Amino acid sequence: MSKKNQFTIAVYVENKFGVLTRVTSMFTRRGFNIDCLTVGETESPEYSRITITMSGDGYAKTQMINQLRKLFNVKKVEELEPETSVNRELALIKVKNDPATRQEIMSAVSIFRSSIIDYSPAALCIEITGDPSKIDAFIEIMKPFEIIEMCRTGILAIERGAGSLLNK
Amino acid sequence: MKLTGSQIIIETLIEQGCDTVFGYPGGQVLNIYDELYKNSDRLNHVLTAHEQGASHAADGYFRATGKVGVCIATSGPGATNLVTGIATAMLDSVPIVAITGNVPCNLIGRDSFQEIDITGVTLPITKHNYFVNDVTQLADVIREAFRLAKSGRPGPVLIDVPKDIQIATCEFENKPVEAPFENKIADEASIDSAVELINKSKRPYIYLGGGAMGACKTEDILAFAEKIDAVIGCTLMGLSAVPTDNPRFLGMQGMHGHYASSMAQNNADLILGIGVRFSDRATGNTAKYAKKANIVHLDVDFAEINKNVPAQVGIYGDVKDAFARIAAKCEKKENPEWIATVNEYVAKEESRYYTTPKLTPKNLIDTINDTVTDDTVIATDVGQHQMWAAQYCNFRAPRKFVSSGGLGTMGFGLGAAIGAAIGSRCKTVLITGDGSFGMNLNEMATAVSTGAPVTIVLFNNGVLGMVRQWQTLFFNKHYSNTTLERKTDYCKLAEAFGATAFKAENLAEFEDAFKKAYAIDGPTLIDCTIDEDEFVLPMLPPGGAIDDMIVGLEELQK
Repeated sequence: MSKKNQFTIAVYVENKFGVLTRVTSMFTRRGFNIDCLTVGETESPEYSRITITMSGDGYAKTQMINQLRKLFNVKKVEELEPETSVNRELALIKVKNDPATRQEIMSAVSIFRSSIIDYSPAALCIEITGDPSKIDAFIEIMKPFEIIEMCRTGILAIERGAGSLLNK
Repeated sequence: MKLTGSQIIIETLIEQGCDTVFGYPGGQVLNIYDELYKNSDRLNHVLTAHEQGASHAADGYFRATGKVGVCIATSGPGATNLVTGIATAMLDSVPIVAITGNVPCNLIGRDSFQEIDITGVTLPITKHNYFVNDVTQLADVIREAFRLAKSGRPGPVLIDVPKDIQIATCEFENKPVEAPFENKIADEASIDSAVELINKSKRPYIYLGGGAMGACKTEDILAFAEKIDAVIGCTLMGLSAVPTDNPRFLGMQGMHGHYASSMAQNNADLILGIGVRFSDRATGNTAKYAKKANIVHLDVDFAEINKNVPAQVGIYGDVKDAFARIAAKCEKKENPEWIATVNEYVAKEESRYYTTPKLTPKNLIDTINDTVTDDTVIATDVGQHQMWAAQYCNFRAPRKFVSSGGLGTMGFGLGAAIGAAIGSRCKTVLITGDGSFGMNLNEMATAVSTGAPVTIVLFNNGVLGMVRQWQTLFFNKHYSNTTLERKTDYCKLAEAFGATAFKAENLAEFEDAFKKAYAIDGPTLIDCTIDEDEFVLPMLPPGGAIDDMIVGLEELQK
């Protein structure tokens, strides 16, 4: 999931019908290929926040930010620098429940400070939160135990400190 | 005052200063058309032959007047027929407001008769668009659409209004028209950096795009060029921003630009780009483009700075303000060597002109130049004739050139010429080719019924000349589907529509026909026979650099 030249951008958009489509349509039109995108409520009921992760060079990044800023419903666009922000992602992973490997899985779950949120004789469902590289590592460890199903939320990111991007 | 949605549309359009709308009625705009009927003394509606014609007319209306153009179409096919016109406006930054009807809200999403998600369709080709599902928001949406279309870098805005919203009622009150959103004012540091580069330059080239039109006054540009002893070139969209007969003006540069203009730009040590986007047609291979020059790029759209070519100084902000500040701060200077060099380019270019009694594109246009008044609008379609018009037409006032640049829309010309003529109330000459004209010639009906003073000069070579030119140069003369072999009699065709027609097979016939046609008040057409192997030259091959420029035919025969 985490790649070279990857950057994260936070976008405040007006909380209106169709705004997400406007943003994603622009990506298609300008040929941007995004790695992941999350969207949800913010501290202000007027705005939603879209967190976009994309790989590309400095030119692609500037173009992406400039073109986002041109959209009428976009209020604020800021890059979240890795040094000054925290990134989190959540994954739900369903792994085969085999008595022979169960203990090993549970040790890994404990070491990664993740948790088992559902248990059935045939499968364990694991919830893990962390930065994307931690999740990547955990998935690698789970692979030999047979992952039945898996989903990730995509990255959420927020700046360190007391500031708010909306008022920046 | 309680009004229906349809009444609100009419009242808000009038409130926003709209005097003419172009459109075509249909099932889901019947209510709007009923109000147009009742208000025909307050708002002029021009019925076109096809919605595409209406969208081009609204576009031409703006290009000739500087006022936002408006077009109306019904849902479904009516709305999709506007699409090419909206895209044309988008790529040339033309503010138009397109209003479409749609099926009532309770039928949306059910694939109802003539239902199309036109806001979805036009998402990438509008500056912004609206789907109105509440009548109380309708007036403010229209106001915001006008404001947005005009603000910053202009562009088309579409408003989709379902039928039940046109019928629903709510309170309405007129509001004063709001000024466009304020542009950012360029920061002093970037102005100073630009002034420093301009002051130390010895070979300055002022490069005007569509963004300079309207933002910079002709006399200010000329005074500035005089002050820093610069030459002036332009893009297709910048044509008519300064008079063509000014000795500092070298004309359009780029793929089919003037030799002198392209050469001067390539050898300049400073290019001041004003409202240009350094499009591929203007630059050729950007890796080899204007390598000797510092580029100062002034634009109201920050996303243009460094988008296509890197600028040494990018100035983002209000063009009028930034230009005035740069002009005030620059030192007066003289660059006699530069002017002498440029004069050599001009002399070399002019040495290629020759006189011939044949009906050549240049002869045709020279005759037009000699006959028309200064306020005449020149409209074109797209292709060889467009490039010849851009190269040879004389302009003496801004907003006199109406042509589809960015999208290169064949079929644009007739609708746009009608819109330009109706909006500007000036005589309009449409220079077109038999290929482009064939695409939307149905608008002859509109020209005749409105009596629009449009003189159509049809460059008839029986081929799709521009594509043929490329086939000659790059495809071993494989003339695939570019030889038209049509049997159309354009004079009879024009007469069948109710226009006056002339035929010209030599220069004398054309001189005579054009004088007569231009003197007639309503639409006229002159069918001019030209050679199918006329080339648009010079030509910078696509992706090429200045050294690849094909200047004359003799180079092709090598």
